[in-house]
Amino acid sequence: MTNSLEDLEQAACILVIGSNTTEAHPIVGLRIKKAVMKNDCKLIVAEPRRIRLCYYADQWIRQMPGTDVALLNGMMNVILSEGLADEEFIRERTEGFEEFKKIIEQYPPERATEICGVRPEEIRRAARTFASAPSAAIVYAMGITQHSHGVDNVISLANLAMLTGNVGKVGAGVNPLRGQNNVQGACDMGCLPNVFPGYQAVTDSQAREKFERAWGVERLPETPGLTLMEMTDAASRGEVEVLYIMGENPVISDPDVAHLKEALEGLNFLVVQDIFLTETAAYADVVLPAASFAEKEGTFTNTDRRVQRVRKAVEPPGEAREDSWIIAQVAARMGYNMGDISAPSVMEEIAGLTPSYAGISYRRLEELGELRWPCPSPDHPGTPILHVEKFTRGKGKFSPVEYRPPAEVPDDEYPLILTTGRVLLHYHTGSMTRRVQALHELDPENQVWVNPADAGRLGIQSGEEVGVESRRAAIKVRAKVTERVPKGIVFIPFHFGESPANALTNTALDPVAKIPELKVAAVRIIAGPDKDKLSFVRA
Amino acid sequence: MKHISLTIDGIEVITTPGRTILEAAAEAGIRIPTLCYDPRLEPYGSCRVCLVEVEGQGRGFLPACATPADEDMVVRTDTEKLRGIRRTIIELLLSDHPNDCMTCESAGNCELQDLAYEYGVRKPRFQGEQHHHEAIVDNPIIERDYNKCVLCGRCVRICREVQGVGVYDFANRGFEAVPGTPYNRPLTETPCEFCGQCVSTCPTGAIVSIPSKGKGRSWQVRKVRTTCAYCGCGCQIDLHVRDGRIVDVSSPLMVGPGEGNHCAKGRYGYGFVHHSDRLTTPLVRKEGELVPATWEEALGLVADRISKAVKEQGPDSVAFLASARCTNEENYLFQKLARAVVGTNNVDHCARL
Ligand code: SF4
Ligand code: SF4
Repeated sequence: MTNSLEDLEQAACILVIGSNTTEAHPIVGLRIKKAVMKNDCKLIVAEPRRIRLCYYADQWIRQMPGTDVALLNGMMNVILSEGLADEEFIRERTEGFEEFKKIIEQYPPERATEICGVRPEEIRRAARTFASAPSAAIVYAMGITQHSHGVDNVISLANLAMLTGNVGKVGAGVNPLRGQNNVQGACDMGCLPNVFPGYQAVTDSQAREKFERAWGVERLPETPGLTLMEMTDAASRGEVEVLYIMGENPVISDPDVAHLKEALEGLNFLVVQDIFLTETAAYADVVLPAASFAEKEGTFTNTDRRVQRVRKAVEPPGEAREDSWIIAQVAARMGYNMGDISAPSVMEEIAGLTPSYAGISYRRLEELGELRWPCPSPDHPGTPILHVEKFTRGKGKFSPVEYRPPAEVPDDEYPLILTTGRVLLHYHTGSMTRRVQALHELDPENQVWVNPADAGRLGIQSGEEVGVESRRAAIKVRAKVTERVPKGIVFIPFHFGESPANALTNTALDPVAKIPELKVAAVRIIAGPDKDKLSFVRA
Repeated sequence: MKHISLTIDGIEVITTPGRTILEAAAEAGIRIPTLCYDPRLEPYGSCRVCLVEVEGQGRGFLPACATPADEDMVVRTDTEKLRGIRRTIIELLLSDHPNDCMTCESAGNCELQDLAYEYGVRKPRFQGEQHHHEAIVDNPIIERDYNKCVLCGRCVRICREVQGVGVYDFANRGFEAVPGTPYNRPLTETPCEFCGQCVSTCPTGAIVSIPSKGKGRSWQVRKVRTTCAYCGCGCQIDLHVRDGRIVDVSSPLMVGPGEGNHCAKGRYGYGFVHHSDRLTTPLVRKEGELVPATWEEALGLVADRISKAVKEQGPDSVAFLASARCTNEENYLFQKLARAVVGTNNVDHCARL
């Protein structure tokens, strides 16, 4: 997030797009509700499903899944043509405006309407509310990024923020919500194929030299490695032989499970290190039992860049061990001594090599409770808002974006759009929450949400088991007939291994970020005895 | 004006404008007892426990939680008169309270019990009618026992003001008043989100968590402050540990991103830690089956197979998938293993998912 969670409360307008905030990021949801209830913030929710936040919204926009760019371009067209843009900000802090303007001029609201299904007056209203607010914040999550044009979506949001001068000030900013507790930290720590910790490029020879010296190795590899989706492809081609997975369960979280399973089976050797024998671990050649968050010391970095402590409360069960111990043991057996791997000393090593973490230490965390990066020195208080004076790369660049349709659009054969997501009481692949008795009792099984009109046409009732089939696979799941999804769209949470939503989703990738299109796939529902002819996938 | 100064119990207190007397006193280390107060909520001033004397103010008694501190105010928080008023309030509350601290889930963590203790109220002076409600257990997480309700309205207010949901409202009047759900519906049939905010604010044992019942009093547990392991909000939670097991989770107030508020996952999602499905030994595949192995064997095998692949096919035939669930330190070491030990940049994680 560019801004902080507290800061959201100060926003005069918040646009929530592609985020079911109250269920997937409940505390951010509280901040947004508070802004609305206490500070008269105008909330615009752009989301096909009727999510809880809609109750607090000034305006709810129901765009078709995968058409965000058209909607946003339409809004920006209105802002430009009605003279609502922040010209001073554009002049002083940005570049590339003229070119951007040319593209935006081609998206009058009427054209946007044809694509996204939102009426022109609604687009105008949202544009005016957003642009005329003294400060307007944008909040988004996976509903924006998990598309074959996810990067386009993100750029459009950045354009909207710059166009209205909503960058680097209180109550504004572009705020992606990180889905999992430490996604931010894993990125910061260089668990990405192209960067070392602190986003230092592996292609940069100076960066490499620094890490070579610190790690005592002669040569670090200089070409960027494979992303997750590329790894699975490489594995099916036999180019990746060994895969070592720590604490992830891609068989549930990744698209097109069949393809993934094929890749896992194609591996010569699969190591999975986890706390449970997950659906993915079941494919492993070696499973290493790890400690849970309550059984170790460390830090997580949350969605607004706060580094906070994780503390050991109980002992790991049986012979399970901390991940750091396991990693160091593997390294040792390959002839590399990782030295002191206690959490505080590893943080010291991180701080020494990662400029944005340079001022972070366990001593300071003990004292302050949290520190937000960038925190470049031991006396730096941390940074609640990014880009106050200028952008990381100097001037903010407008990049014009044209609308591109999702990789898969509904047709006669697969007439419904499937979108996936989370529910309040479960988390990610369900390996933790589904093992919590009380949460399981409250939300025991998967459901496909179907609009009453579609349900009527298909002759299905709430509670009935149906087959949902895409070009890739079919799953069996109970139907929940609800107005909360619009006609033509069905929703399935992805936490449930016995009816894995991601068996159906599309592996089409965003060309830049390599994020799969989990939020739009074409499917059909098969009810009645016909469904039994399908072969159902279970993870 | 940047600062105001006032006198509380003879001490000069400097505070910022907008603070209440209660907050100003707290800053100066003076504790004023409260019952309907929670820093997460708007001041309410209903229980009268925090009454203080302010010189020159008519009858002179003002609720400290709802009265702004003012320049040159002279406040007394602990006079005989005030103690008398507080004692009477406590006696009235206890006259309709079941007095079953012996088995009450909240004993040791109960603001009413603490007040009775501090003011030495043993037997209520007033003998009157008592409520005999049945405890309501209509869901697996939250139990309500209105016999213990002190009508502070904290549950009603937190659900409305903080959670924005508004499950409870005062139903019935006078003696029969309780913070009920609409038409007494079970919580599962209301928009309740099972966040447990109402549990966390209830000053007595009227609203308690079911999963932790009977598992440990507040003085029997060790509290370990940590970061929630679920979503990216990063709430700070206190794990309650007894006999080596996590028995409850509570919320430190005004700390971390949640400031004492959580969702059901953070507050009630700890059970997986001690689940019998946890992996307890390394497993190695032999003849198609995963079977228990020693660390020695498992680690040796992993190192050998990686080394073999590196030797035969080059380092890029090995790939690493790090974890958005693991700590920074672990992820750091993991990519170091990939880059420095194996020699590949094939390291990624599930950020995109
Ligand atoms: S658990 Fe949360 S939503 Fe439910 S009644 Fe309590 S405060 Fe309200
Ligand atoms: S308690 Fe809920 S909102 Fe807070 S970090 Fe955990 S999962 Fe997220």
